[in-house]
Amino acid sequence: MLGTVLIAALSTSIMLGVRFGSVPISTADVLAILAGGGDSVLRDIVLNLRLPRVLLGVIVGGGLALSGATFQALLRNPLAEPYILGISGGASLGAVSVIALGWVSQTSWALPLAAFAGALLAIGLVFRVATSTGRAMDVRVLLLSGVVIASFFAACIAFILSISPARTVQTAVLWSMGSLAGAGWGSVILAAAYTLPAAVALAALARPLNLMAIGEETAYYLGANVEGVKRTGLVIAALITAAGVSVAGIIGFVGLVVPHTIRLLIGSDNRVLLPLSFLGGATFLTLADLVARLGPTEIPIGVITAFVGVPIFLVLLRRSLTST
Amino acid sequence: MRIEARDLVVNYPGAPRPALDGVSMSASAGCLYAVLGPNGSGKSTLMRALLGVAPLSAGAALLDGRTSAAWDRRALAQAVGVVAQSESIAFPLSVRQMVGMGRYPHLGPLESEGDADRAAVSSALEACDVSALAHRDVTMLSGGEFQRVRIARALAQEPQALVLDEPTSSLDIRHQMGILELLRRSADSGLTVVLVTHGLDLAARYADRMLLLAGGHVAAEGTPDEVMTEDTISSVYGWPVAITSDPESGAPRVTPRRPPPRAEP
Repeated sequence: MLGTVLIAALSTSIMLGVRFGSVPISTADVLAILAGGGDSVLRDIVLNLRLPRVLLGVIVGGGLALSGATFQALLRNPLAEPYILGISGGASLGAVSVIALGWVSQTSWALPLAAFAGALLAIGLVFRVATSTGRAMDVRVLLLSGVVIASFFAACIAFILSISPARTVQTAVLWSMGSLAGAGWGSVILAAAYTLPAAVALAALARPLNLMAIGEETAYYLGANVEGVKRTGLVIAALITAAGVSVAGIIGFVGLVVPHTIRLLIGSDNRVLLPLSFLGGATFLTLADLVARLGPTEIPIGVITAFVGVPIFLVLLRRSLTST
Repeated sequence: MRIEARDLVVNYPGAPRPALDGVSMSASAGCLYAVLGPNGSGKSTLMRALLGVAPLSAGAALLDGRTSAAWDRRALAQAVGVVAQSESIAFPLSVRQMVGMGRYPHLGPLESEGDADRAAVSSALEACDVSALAHRDVTMLSGGEFQRVRIARALAQEPQALVLDEPTSSLDIRHQMGILELLRRSADSGLTVVLVTHGLDLAARYADRMLLLAGGHVAAEGTPDEVMTEDTISSVYGWPVAITSDPESGAPRVTPRRPPPRAEP
């Protein structure tokens, strides 16, 4: 039921995202362009500007929500979100370094590559710390090392920014607030290449992820390969996040609130929760991006996700607390 | 299923003495086997060693003659239902979903429940008297209901053995008796039941055999009448006790004595 609603909502928001912007385009024109015809100026806007941007929103939003739902299940922690393992800190350090070095204007690939490398560095460090005891991976150690490594990166960023000119600081701050403005087919393909296979792999982990809700020990006694599920799940979810951050910056809130909202509506069975979180996150970010670029100046997308997401979430939370 | 320990030794790194030191036991199909002992005597470690979780320094833990470490995890989960000491629920879950998790080892990664799975779940819910709770959220249950749901999940595995770590602690008389009756019925229907418990008196009434641990050693092993003597219980628990006979079953019953009043100087 909710699945059908979300598919309809996503299709509608994709169409709206393609139709609206500085030049409104009618549904009929959009369909004509997608069919291979239409006016050449509009064709250029739709195919080279709006469609990649909307699709990037779909992939990044869906990926963040999926990654958040996975982190919440694996870490058994409702506060877990995609950036919890220091991924945003690592990505920011990579991005800020490149911005400070002035490489951004020279090549459009330097920024996403540096952000991706920084995210991978953070993931590598956090896993290294969490598994260094040689025993089973303890998720509490993992969370703690994520927090510690994130604050180390934050200090590195503060240092770089403190010795940089104001222009660099502004660019870095804007990047860190997240945006789909730089979307092109290149970033769509990069994000899709990571996110879509990862989404399928996570969906296949849904049953063992369900067992994590009752604790690692009991999951183990029920025959789940707890260590394997933890490691694969965390690495896949972290890679999705890293891919998303590298092409769209840090977009807060989607990965935390969308999975919770879906959970409040349909419960915590990951076989349903994971795919619906993807659809929900995709719809939410597509609409948020549409709102972000409708005004005279573009608002950071993270502002919209929080302004819209917080009230929706609070209403749902209140309703679920009063109904039990 | 036959559950056996042969001269088990378990050393936890950094611990001053072995958690288990030369423990042997054997429980066969149809047997309700109680493991007793003071806090820290190695009861839970024995359970973990039997299930192949605690690392063995020496000896062997055997399930149907095969060392438990050699069992495939999924095959082991099909054969042995475990109720660990504690379990914290991270996200809301219905009773039906929780008991349905008992079918996990029987299903492939992408397979969904079939008729046989649904039948196993409903008979487990029935056996534990929790059918009426099926749609309730497990985080909202009382302590007794929650324990019955966890046992139902173990039964839904359709195992040949049940291993339970203190399933009746902190429960009132009615719920304690309900669970012990259920375990007795399970043993009578052919399951091997290994029950770790602090409840000496109830274990004496329900168990076929018992193992009394003290500081990682076997203090006594045998039928309740053999194990529960005044000397053994007093020395293992470090407190003087009297053993009388339970009026209903004739099983031994422990009464801890009060120290004699101090003589006036």
